[in-house]
Amino acid sequence: MKSLKISLVLAVCAAALSPLTLLAQQSRPWEKIPIPKLHDFKPQQPKRIVLKNGIVLFLQEDHELPFISGSVLIPGGSREEDPAKTGLVSMYGQAWRTSGTAKLNGDALDDLLEAKAAHIETSGGEDSTTLGWDSLKGDADQVFALALDLLLHPAFNAEKLALAQQQEASGIVRRNDDEGEIANRESAKLVYGANSPYTRQTELATIGAVTVDDLKAWHDRTLGGKLIVGIEGDFDPVAMEAKLRAAFEGLPPVKPAPARHDVFAGPKPGISFIDKEDVNQSNVEIVGLGTDRHNPDVPAIAMMNDILGGGFSSRLFQKVRTELGLAYAVGGGMSFAYDHPATFRVMVLTKSASTVDATKAAMEEIASLNTQTFTQEELDRAKDNILNSFLFRYDTKGKVLSARELLEFYGYPADYLETYKAALEKVTLADLSTVAKKYIHPEKLAVLVVGNGPEIKPGLDELKLGPVQSIDITIPQPGNPDKGEKKQ
Amino acid sequence: MLSREKFWFWNGAVALLALAVAGAQAQDLKSFEQRTTTKVLPNGLTLIVCERPEAPVFSYSTFIDAGDVNDPSGQSGLAHMFEHLAFKGTSEIGTTDYAAEKDALAKVEAANNAYEAEYLKAVGRDPQKLAELQKAVKAAEAEAHKFVVPNQFTEVAERNGAAGLNAFTALDETVYFWSMPENRLELWAWLESGRLADVVPREFYKERDVVMEERRMRTDSNPEGRLFEQFLATAYVAHNYGRSNIGWPSEVGQITATEAMAFHKKYYIGSNIVVAVVGDVKAAEAMPVLEKYFSKIPAGPKPEEMTTVEPRQFAEKTVIVRDPSQPVYVEGYHRPDFRAPDAAVYDAISDILSNGRVSRLYRSMVRDQQIAAEAEGVSPYPGDKYPGLFVFYAAPLPGHTPAEMRDSIHKEIEKLKTADVTDEELAMFKTRTRANLLHGLADNQGLANDLAEYQTRYGDWRELFRQLDRVDKVTKADIRRVANQVFQASNRTSAWIETEAPAATAKKDGGVQ
Repeated sequence: MKSLKISLVLAVCAAALSPLTLLAQQSRPWEKIPIPKLHDFKPQQPKRIVLKNGIVLFLQEDHELPFISGSVLIPGGSREEDPAKTGLVSMYGQAWRTSGTAKLNGDALDDLLEAKAAHIETSGGEDSTTLGWDSLKGDADQVFALALDLLLHPAFNAEKLALAQQQEASGIVRRNDDEGEIANRESAKLVYGANSPYTRQTELATIGAVTVDDLKAWHDRTLGGKLIVGIEGDFDPVAMEAKLRAAFEGLPPVKPAPARHDVFAGPKPGISFIDKEDVNQSNVEIVGLGTDRHNPDVPAIAMMNDILGGGFSSRLFQKVRTELGLAYAVGGGMSFAYDHPATFRVMVLTKSASTVDATKAAMEEIASLNTQTFTQEELDRAKDNILNSFLFRYDTKGKVLSARELLEFYGYPADYLETYKAALEKVTLADLSTVAKKYIHPEKLAVLVVGNGPEIKPGLDELKLGPVQSIDITIPQPGNPDKGEKKQ
Repeated sequence: MLSREKFWFWNGAVALLALAVAGAQAQDLKSFEQRTTTKVLPNGLTLIVCERPEAPVFSYSTFIDAGDVNDPSGQSGLAHMFEHLAFKGTSEIGTTDYAAEKDALAKVEAANNAYEAEYLKAVGRDPQKLAELQKAVKAAEAEAHKFVVPNQFTEVAERNGAAGLNAFTALDETVYFWSMPENRLELWAWLESGRLADVVPREFYKERDVVMEERRMRTDSNPEGRLFEQFLATAYVAHNYGRSNIGWPSEVGQITATEAMAFHKKYYIGSNIVVAVVGDVKAAEAMPVLEKYFSKIPAGPKPEEMTTVEPRQFAEKTVIVRDPSQPVYVEGYHRPDFRAPDAAVYDAISDILSNGRVSRLYRSMVRDQQIAAEAEGVSPYPGDKYPGLFVFYAAPLPGHTPAEMRDSIHKEIEKLKTADVTDEELAMFKTRTRANLLHGLADNQGLANDLAEYQTRYGDWRELFRQLDRVDKVTKADIRRVANQVFQASNRTSAWIETEAPAATAKKDGGVQ
């Protein structure tokens, strides 16, 4: 009886979508399969300890395997580096570990750890840097001591900085080889601006300007921030807490991170093109400004994203891939970051000749969010998709720990996932229309095509998005930043 | 880098780089055996259930012992095309009226056959007739489409919480997988057994266009994709490992639904399939449910093994791709398959040469000589079921050349041939292998994949643990002996990209020499 009712409701609501009107004829045998109550599950939360100096510890016991891993999350990342030294934090993340400490240089550290199948690694990111380690339980004390030594007494050296500079240089000269990488990078620059702290790119000149003193200064400055220490694995919680307190309680009180005052204007509408002669497929990116997780509209936006380009039943996937066969890779939506607006981004990869058709089709699906009424069926499906798989955000103790560290880092409440889930459940059709109206403005989006110019027929002017702006991606050579050797 | 697998669904974030992490003494095989139940059904299909009740979820892996290596001549890319079809539903899901749809699909096939017959005419192909026949195909497809509920199979899976839903086709195998809340086990068994037993050639020709786009993305428009396709095609003269696994454009572009269904009939039989489930399931309760559904899959004799054995290479071969992108160097040596007594020795060589900052290639080429951004030697590639290659890969730093990569790699090979590796290097390989195995045990999906793979390849999932015995037995002398056997110039194929400015490449398809 239940399934009949659902089918009837569906047939009425989905009158505009021709195949769905016939659903009532289906027997839908899968709906007769019982779905028992899910086994009780309360994800194990890590123990949170705030030290007097403001450093936060998380202890997550997990006794399944005899391993212990840990990490220190340090506020401050590449968005804060000097633009003339873009690449500093990335190279800091490499050279910190490869240089090692005064007691044990990086190469000796490699030998010692690999013999135990243990690891200590460092990395530099957009808003933070990280020191992480892992080992067998039996080696954990020694490995922790080594990691702590690296945290407190790093010995940055010129040789390892040079090695990091070479790695960066290799990335720079290769950055125009893969069209997906070009599309990714250049579309983000359209949204944030080429000189934004979120998109400015490393150049041979900027990485060459970084010195060992810069790395030391960066380390000394960021180490004074609010560190977040997370430990997971097969340990005794009392002993571990004592050990961490002994290690971190002596550090000076943490300094708050300076507030950021970034400006996010969003892209200039229109169409841009990057010619790449050695491909037969176009990468099309349709981009705009996204939002951040503080925005109370995020739950409704998440549902809208699922309907637009999230799942296999999404409008983009159904239209561009399944119905038109124009793409293997198609999808997208409006992303949200924790502390700054992310991007709105829809992408589609299609053969050169169908570039215009596929772009039009994708644009139409974006526009449809405002013109084609959301159906109850679409909302129900989006809710099922998101809520029934929500469990996989915390189905391991490691995921629970990582989530708590992130929330702590960005200053969100510890129960954020629960309240977010509750808000997702409450999203209505009216909410969907509201957020579509509020955030979906096709006329404000920028379109970027990376592809093989002569093969793209009909041409991009057929899209009628104004004059096609050509983007120069020539890689500047040091000492001659404007006129580099033309690589592509 | 050296991945040759094609996924059904593109995921921009897919990173299959297994992060090598720590560990040591292997978890007791006995305790693992107590949690793992195996059953072979009357149709020959093997079920494995491994209880790991960490959270109310499970993951599964369906492992088909057939991949693109099994594609018949002229039909490269067929196994992968079929994999795409396996997401299109069955006679019960994805259709409004299967009886009518079946007739409509037969008409699509007839129309396509007529079109293909005209298209393939070497003499007297009539362009006007061809256009009409193509129109007829489109019309027949539109008629069949009326009965389709698009993507209903994946929709039902996703609405029921499927996470990581995907599949891949490699040369050796085809694997389907996802994770779900544990209370959907029976629903999953219905979906999975249905699509294995009762597949319908729905929307086949449109999906073929999708696969052509996948080829453009992975191979045609990707410099390394182009390089590796040419490299393998050159390294192999007889065996299908040399054939493009996504398919040559002319072949994958003309695969028919009839051919895909014939592939299904031959390879998707009980004896050729292992299904592993890992997570919050109790074997005593789950096994009868799985048995009920998976018994639907047809029985049949295990398909015959292929006769082709790659003949011994006696001529050194070289491929140069002149391309606007930055240089990359590759070379490969033929080696035996995974069952060879020396299989673990190859693993040792690969580990010692390539694993991390202690590895010989990193220390020599990246750290000390400072000529490469990365350098590694891995095997087997492109598959392990049949004799594959031991492959070296290096990316030169700006200002350095593929020739320097080659010379440095050869120096490292010479060292392996003339001097023993150190005790520390050998011990490190053994410790890391154990640790990696142990780490893998805490991941439902990875474990399901491993159990299914080892059950298929060795006839017993316990080999996942027993392989450590073979690893333990590797000696320094073994490494030297194998290096001398395999790393011979006459057994080598090398390939590299030589950067050439776009203006000089003149003709578009003239880049490959």
